[in-house]
Amino acid sequence: MTGLLIVGIILLIGIIAVQIGKVSELTARIRGVEETEQRTNNRQAVWLMVFNVVFLVACIISAIYYKNDMLGYGPHESASAHGGSIDGLFNVTLFFTGIVFVLTHIALFWFAYKYRRQKGRISTFFAHSTKLELIWTAVPAVVMVVLVTQGLVAWNEIMPDVSPDDEFIEVEATGYQFAWDLRYPGADGKLGTKNYKLINPANNPVGQDWSDPKNIDDYLPAELVLPVNKKVRVRITAKDVLHNFYLPHFRVKMDAIPGLPTYFIFTPTTTTEEYRERLSEYPEWQVPYDPADPTGPQRWEVFDYELACAELCGRGHYSMKRVVKIVSEEEYEEWQSQQQSYYKANIRGTEDDPFGRLLGYEADEREKELTTDFESALILDDPSETSIRLKNLFFATGSANLEDDSNFELESIVKILKEYSDVSVEISGHTDSTGDDQANQLLSEARANSVVNYLTANGIRANRLQTVGHGSTQPADTNETAEGRQNNRRIEMRIISQNI
Amino acid sequence: MAEIVKYNEDQLIKEQGFDDHFHEHHHGDKYQTNFIFKYIFSMDHKIIARQFLITGMFWAFVGGAMSLIFRLQLGFPAEDFAWLQPLIGKWIMINEAGVGSIDPQFYYALVTMHGTIIVFFVLTAGLSGTFSNLLIPLQLGARDMASPFLNMLSYWFFFLSGAVMFYSLFLSTGPFSGGWTAYPPLSALPQASSGSGAGMTLWLVSLTLFVVSVLLGGINYITTVLNLRTKGMSLWRMPLTIWAFFVTAIIGLLSFPVLVSGFFLLMFDRGLGTSFYLSDIFIQGQALDFAGGSPILYQHLFWFLGHPEVYIIILPAMGIVSEVLSVHARKPIFGYKAMVYSILAIAFLSFIVWAHHMFMSGVNPFLSNFFVIFTLIIAVPSAVKVFNWITTLWGGNIRLNTPMLFAIGFVSMFISGGLTGIFLGNSAIDIQMHDTYFVVAHFHIVMGVAAMFGMFAGIYHWYPKMFGRFMNETLGKIHFWVTMVGAYAIFWPMHYIGMAGVPRRYYRFDGFEAFGQFTTMNQFITIAAIVVFAAQVLFIVNFFWSQNKGRKQTTKNPWQATTLEWTTPIHAGHGNWEGNIPTVHRWAYDYGKNGNDFIPQIAPLTEAEKLEDQNH
Repeated sequence: MTGLLIVGIILLIGIIAVQIGKVSELTARIRGVEETEQRTNNRQAVWLMVFNVVFLVACIISAIYYKNDMLGYGPHESASAHGGSIDGLFNVTLFFTGIVFVLTHIALFWFAYKYRRQKGRISTFFAHSTKLELIWTAVPAVVMVVLVTQGLVAWNEIMPDVSPDDEFIEVEATGYQFAWDLRYPGADGKLGTKNYKLINPANNPVGQDWSDPKNIDDYLPAELVLPVNKKVRVRITAKDVLHNFYLPHFRVKMDAIPGLPTYFIFTPTTTTEEYRERLSEYPEWQVPYDPADPTGPQRWEVFDYELACAELCGRGHYSMKRVVKIVSEEEYEEWQSQQQSYYKANIRGTEDDPFGRLLGYEADEREKELTTDFESALILDDPSETSIRLKNLFFATGSANLEDDSNFELESIVKILKEYSDVSVEISGHTDSTGDDQANQLLSEARANSVVNYLTANGIRANRLQTVGHGSTQPADTNETAEGRQNNRRIEMRIISQNI
Repeated sequence: MAEIVKYNEDQLIKEQGFDDHFHEHHHGDKYQTNFIFKYIFSMDHKIIARQFLITGMFWAFVGGAMSLIFRLQLGFPAEDFAWLQPLIGKWIMINEAGVGSIDPQFYYALVTMHGTIIVFFVLTAGLSGTFSNLLIPLQLGARDMASPFLNMLSYWFFFLSGAVMFYSLFLSTGPFSGGWTAYPPLSALPQASSGSGAGMTLWLVSLTLFVVSVLLGGINYITTVLNLRTKGMSLWRMPLTIWAFFVTAIIGLLSFPVLVSGFFLLMFDRGLGTSFYLSDIFIQGQALDFAGGSPILYQHLFWFLGHPEVYIIILPAMGIVSEVLSVHARKPIFGYKAMVYSILAIAFLSFIVWAHHMFMSGVNPFLSNFFVIFTLIIAVPSAVKVFNWITTLWGGNIRLNTPMLFAIGFVSMFISGGLTGIFLGNSAIDIQMHDTYFVVAHFHIVMGVAAMFGMFAGIYHWYPKMFGRFMNETLGKIHFWVTMVGAYAIFWPMHYIGMAGVPRRYYRFDGFEAFGQFTTMNQFITIAAIVVFAAQVLFIVNFFWSQNKGRKQTTKNPWQATTLEWTTPIHAGHGNWEGNIPTVHRWAYDYGKNGNDFIPQIAPLTEAEKLEDQNH
């Protein structure tokens, strides 16, 4: 309906305009062409002057009105170390161009007004003046030299890559239709290698190569969290089409290109909290965030920095948002400690996992666990009531030979027994109920003996160690399921005495 | 030393003109006798110019209407646009609440088509095609272009190119939607966007045909300027319009083939499985086999045309404005030689600044240093031109009719839009401003609005030459004022939106806290756009209405201009002059000289002037 109304109004205005046109031509004929032309000419000259004044005033007033949105003014100050030089350069350029803009417009419209046609007057024949032309070649040239120099100094400070001895955090942003994947290097500080052919939206969004140990601790958080005042190198890339990594508050922008990684280096200087404080001083931020809920939080309270896409990438281009948080060093460390490695959460133990049953980092954790179990058993009134399951000892089916993967666990036991040199233990073997009882009994004894043999070979006195085989007589779980049987095949350790 | 020069034009041409035995060769233009050969497959440059103009106007209407549709979506994202269904059908999506909005895919298609159509079909073919064709032979004293046949082909290739593009608008997958720059991989992979399928194929075919048209036209313009100037018309006596068209054609001839080579490689990547631009792509759940290509290579090839292209657009407008300002100010253009040299300087520099579109695209930052320097140097010849135009007004006796108003408006727009280029050309500022609304404001004012103003100035000024009548002045002035005020109302606020960091090519802004605060301003811009579009409809009405009803041209030279096109009969046939070709004795800008309002180029030097010449 509104649409129809608008169309109707436009049509009406059109018809009116055409009629005005006809009428004016008629009046011109009646009044005499010469006189009418003179009158219109004068009127147009006045209009040009009016336009000039209104236009320049409107420019100045609107600039003041929108001051808080302009680069480097109001709350719109850069939140990064290099951003200040961009804002400064912008304003220097605004200063020079502003002067030129105002002066040329005054001259243009003033001349058009002042030298409007008068009957019988002949114009001044003024075809060129070398002096004038030299002046207005030289002056812009000098101004440009100033701007180019300042600009290039800023550019060459902002853009170079890090040098090897720089201290910086490296994170990776990968754009795709239509979101960003963020990747942090984890404790080793190094991002693992990746290959686009390994990408699998279900369990490998950026195509990490799991055989690269650097990938093991990398994590993929939903938000870009960075510590304040630390240099950050963002490695920028894309999976499908061009994207652009754009952080408006930090004056950061760089294309993300499939197959051609780019980077941007910046140092955030204002935490999210500090920026919110800054915003809280401006009335336009002191309004409820949700207009429907006037008692809810104000706009400044829920402000967050944002990551956007600034290169057309398809129908969802306008929706590629990630929240960016700048936090203190301590908060950053805490946040980091809460992040879980993508590998550990999604890949470890699955068929995509190229590694064996135990990895270095897991052995360390296991050793801690084992030590805790051992120590907590020791302080009991009767430690012999607690059996500690040695869950990372592996045998081939039907065999009593320890596989290499078991060494992590065995070494941990050696370490513990060496530390607690006054403790004697019993190593017991168990099997599931499959097969012949006799054979199971023998196998359980043989496996317990294999463990003890390893321990004595590694410096534990034999008189501290006892072995026993239980066959399938003490199941820990049901023998009906494969999982239950797996649980029943086990080696346990029990403290039998202390203080020899 | 006032010395009134007296002459009789017709007599001068008869006595001093050059007799090329025109009548003995062309017995009434036999091949022009029927309608088809006179108006459709015409080889007369004046008819071809009108064909370019009217086709350009058609495309301007289509391209402008597209911008209205996407502006509606941007200004009123919550409004119901189901009423647009009869026009764009399935591209209106109706949500659960029954509110219809424009499909994002189609929004991007509209943005892309708007850019492609306005840049190539309107501001290249419509502007340069029209006025180069009309004015080069007329202002140089030539019977026609060097090759009228190629000239005809040039128009028909343009027509064909337009037909292919028009057809692509109606594809079920939609026209191409990856932006007028068509960066791969988005433009190379049909999986990436539905518009990158058949829409992109037709886009490439259409623009390749378009380049053929530009090259056929360009080679003709250059040859004509170099070979068919009348006696006495030395290069330094040519009007600035001709200089502008001449240099424009040279730029086009050198840069468009590079674009086509870029397009061919893109076609290979799309169709033959090559990897010029593609590498390491995982899309729609599939890793593709492309390896080793670089999307940046395409950007280099594209902008090697793309940047000169903006001068291909603006130089003809500059030429037209120089001429119109001078004629209606009744003053010689100030610093004629400086104007020519600045055209040449701009043309030269236009070839070594292309990578300033690519500061943030991953090219080596060190390279950007050179592109910053060359880019900002362009400000110098541009500034010289602006100061010279302003000084041309000084001391004049100015007729403020519609063409003159548009010429003055052009200068204002060129200043406003040119100055923001100084921000963007500085790579450090471009880090923040790149691909924001600041860029949209910049290029729309400096090459969109300004070039349109140049075109309008030209149409109003040479309308009598094309149709033997004048356009209605009152409607023209309404057209000017609404467009002038309205264009600033549309694009000035975009500077603020851009300074706040809002990216261009966003379908909606409310997803981001940083970009969502300009709701009122976006509504204002949309309303201003509707008003400006209405004024253009008024122009179209005026244009066609005046062809039959406009005030008749009664004298050969209604503007009292010096140039040769006003020495032809009011309704000139093929061949332009009935008898001899006029010969030229002076430059094109003797306005206000020695107490004469103007002295045409065909008037011989007076004794005093000859003496003055010798003393120099």
